[in-house]
Amino acid sequence: MAHAVETCVHCGFCLATCPTYKVLGEEMDSPRGRIILMKEVLEGAMPTADALPYVDRCLGCMACVTACPSGVEYGHLLTPFRAMAERERSRPPINRAARTLVKETLPYPDRFRLAFQGGRVGRWLRGALPGELGAMLDMLPDALPSAEPLPEVYPAQGPPRARVALLAGCVQQVLAPQINWTTLRVLARNGVETIIPRGQGCCGSLSLHIGEAGQARELARKNLAAFPDDVDAIITNAAGCGSGMHEYGLLFAGEPDRAVAEAFSHRVRDITLFLDELGLIAPPALPAPLTVAYHDACHLAHAQRITAPPRRLLAMIPNLTIVEVPEGELCCGSAGTYNLEQPELARQIGERKARNIISVAPQAVVTGNIGCMNQIKVHLEMLEQPLPIWHTVEVLDLAYTGA
Amino acid sequence: MSTQELMAELARRIPAERLLQRPAQLAPYESDALTAFRSRPLAVVLAETQEDVIQTVRLCHRYSVPFVARGSGTSLSGGSLPVPDGILIALNKLNRILRIDIDTRVAVVEPGVVNLDVSRAVAAQGLYYAPDPSSQLICTIGGNVAFNSGGAHCLKYGMTANHVLGIKAVLPDGEVVQLGGNSLESVGPDLTGFFVGSEGLFGIALEITLRLLPKPERYRTVLAAYSSLAAAGNAVAQVVASGLLPGAMEIMDALAIEAAEAAVHAGYPRDAAALLIVELEGEEIQVEAEFAHLLQVIESSGPDEVRVAVDDADRARIWKGRKSAFSAVGRLSPDYIVQDGVVPRSRLGEALATIERLSRKHELRVANVFHAGDGNLHPLILYDGRVAGELERAEVLAGEIIAMCIELGGSITGEHGVGMEKRQHMPAMFAETDLEVMATLRRGLDPAELANRGKMFPGSEAPALHSRGPHPLEQQGIISRE
Repeated sequence: MAHAVETCVHCGFCLATCPTYKVLGEEMDSPRGRIILMKEVLEGAMPTADALPYVDRCLGCMACVTACPSGVEYGHLLTPFRAMAERERSRPPINRAARTLVKETLPYPDRFRLAFQGGRVGRWLRGALPGELGAMLDMLPDALPSAEPLPEVYPAQGPPRARVALLAGCVQQVLAPQINWTTLRVLARNGVETIIPRGQGCCGSLSLHIGEAGQARELARKNLAAFPDDVDAIITNAAGCGSGMHEYGLLFAGEPDRAVAEAFSHRVRDITLFLDELGLIAPPALPAPLTVAYHDACHLAHAQRITAPPRRLLAMIPNLTIVEVPEGELCCGSAGTYNLEQPELARQIGERKARNIISVAPQAVVTGNIGCMNQIKVHLEMLEQPLPIWHTVEVLDLAYTGA
Repeated sequence: MSTQELMAELARRIPAERLLQRPAQLAPYESDALTAFRSRPLAVVLAETQEDVIQTVRLCHRYSVPFVARGSGTSLSGGSLPVPDGILIALNKLNRILRIDIDTRVAVVEPGVVNLDVSRAVAAQGLYYAPDPSSQLICTIGGNVAFNSGGAHCLKYGMTANHVLGIKAVLPDGEVVQLGGNSLESVGPDLTGFFVGSEGLFGIALEITLRLLPKPERYRTVLAAYSSLAAAGNAVAQVVASGLLPGAMEIMDALAIEAAEAAVHAGYPRDAAALLIVELEGEEIQVEAEFAHLLQVIESSGPDEVRVAVDDADRARIWKGRKSAFSAVGRLSPDYIVQDGVVPRSRLGEALATIERLSRKHELRVANVFHAGDGNLHPLILYDGRVAGELERAEVLAGEIIAMCIELGGSITGEHGVGMEKRQHMPAMFAETDLEVMATLRRGLDPAELANRGKMFPGSEAPALHSRGPHPLEQQGIISRE
């Protein structure tokens, strides 16, 4: 932690990419400001409670880490700080209830489906519900898509080129099950056999994000046990999960199974990185020209430094044009549970993203994370300019199937 | 108590969420980009309108409370360091571009507008704002005006002062004045020129009229690697002697190359002792003719390797590396001091050799990254604040470098300003009478020295140099850096 504090030279290069600084314009709500505040708390010069409102407002998007010339590992300061602060803080009952709801439902698909039904009923009470619970309801779609359960193995087409295991995820497989199915089809089309290990579960990122490291480790251990060693890669198709699994080493610091967790994290690959490294089989042309805006999910661009591979894959589709979004390095405001915990700021940041997207007039938005997909969809609709939002693999699938 | 009355008056005029007073709100404003100095203000006013600024300055004047203006807090000389018990006026939210006139190539902006945002706003019309400080992606025009900021391309186009046509400003007594106008030609004394570079002592700019230039049609960016700093310095002299006037000529030494490469993977030759970046820009025909000439000159200067940027992305990477170099040095050392001395171009080699000697003498590493074309040196003195005496040694070394610059006929600052950092060197550069004249001018506008008190002039009261020492948790053995 101290290293992250000491490496900061306070040059201010991070300010330009920090969503909360862009919206609020205050040093306390900037990366270098938060570093000062966390340092004051760690040094005992400031009560934790004084600094927390500003640290809480951090999206954890890590755009500052990408922007930082001095190499400050801001995340290595933020995550332990949040875990430490969580032990000290007392939360109002309604906030505790909302967090418990998040913690106990989102990571578990079956419970989430049930909670969704409850949420439908809860909409009748929307007006009477306080901030966080109301915001949670607002994010729910009108209906859940239905989908076939995933098979245990999905065979490769043509000569086999690789064998991988897929993390099915939690929230995403409930809200957008087609992403896993298109992932399987696109992998198969590229000669990759995919296994979907039974017994796997949520990667733990959501829990870690809200400072529940214990629950995160418990969930992660399930995956350490469920995934086999004899695959070429463990594939994630949600940027948040990929980034969380890359941090298993950090999550298990001081634990007996740290080495296992670290080795596991090295085998995790985002679907776009994997396909780019494997070499994508050239897709046929789209039936009609299509212009899409590619949105960099923070957990892909900043946490995993993956920006070129998805663009390279999309660029291989004839008839597809990719346009860049102004202020592309800015988070969309989804950031895990952020739109539940800081609804007003998430709204401002989301609206800014939506306006930036609209400014380049795309026909659709493509990205690599379920949270961003949901947030961008909601904010484009609020501005009454709805657009299709696709995962990168959905566009590849679209090209292969010629739909 | 006048400060209590001031705070009560401010609270009536500024909404509570923009009048910061709690410790957690003030701590992040204690430093700008020169962290060796720290000082907590009485309050921070987050100005959103010009009226907010004018009212705050008038109140400070009425109650005789000092104030400091701050944009993005990127000053490397401590120029926007708060004054204890003074008001910090944050201008970063006063950031509207008020008017753009493409025909006359003029933009009127508020002080909190980010330098690069001016160029972005007129890019589609083929124009840009030329001064390009390395922090241009976040530093503000207000700060650029206060410190007459430079940048790599000021070799060809001049500093901020050459690009500011007019200024509306609030003086330290609250009077609002309009200086200059819409064109470079004006009658009477150049009051705009007087204001630019005054380091916040003459008040706060509220509206700045900027000159815009047509974007160059063609760039040619050449990287040349040398086995010694002196060889790179001599190459600069040869380019100048050849009659070429490149847009920029920059040198980085091995330490700076290492840091910048680690930060942005710019693709610099890693094992070079010195790297020269030369950029030609302008109309296609002229640039191509100059490019052939430049390659001959560079070839005859004995480089180990010459590389030409292949496309815009390559060029952008080269500049990103150069512009990140200061901050990137944070990777090599926990602390450093950035110097900003100037020497005549013809004595560059001599100056670099002296810096190398001084570095060895004080046993401190010095990284060099600088605007070679105009002799503006930026030695970065690396030290570790946790080691007893290192900060003091670094200060002595910095002082000796500055003394050398003056002795060679140069200056103590090229573009970062005097601020806090170089106050004590002013008497070495200026005679007592000069300083007295400057002080008289300043007191003519601000008898109580309320505006940016403690900056620029030696001996004025100001916060003391701050050394961090080991982290308290390190002292207790709870954490370590290993």
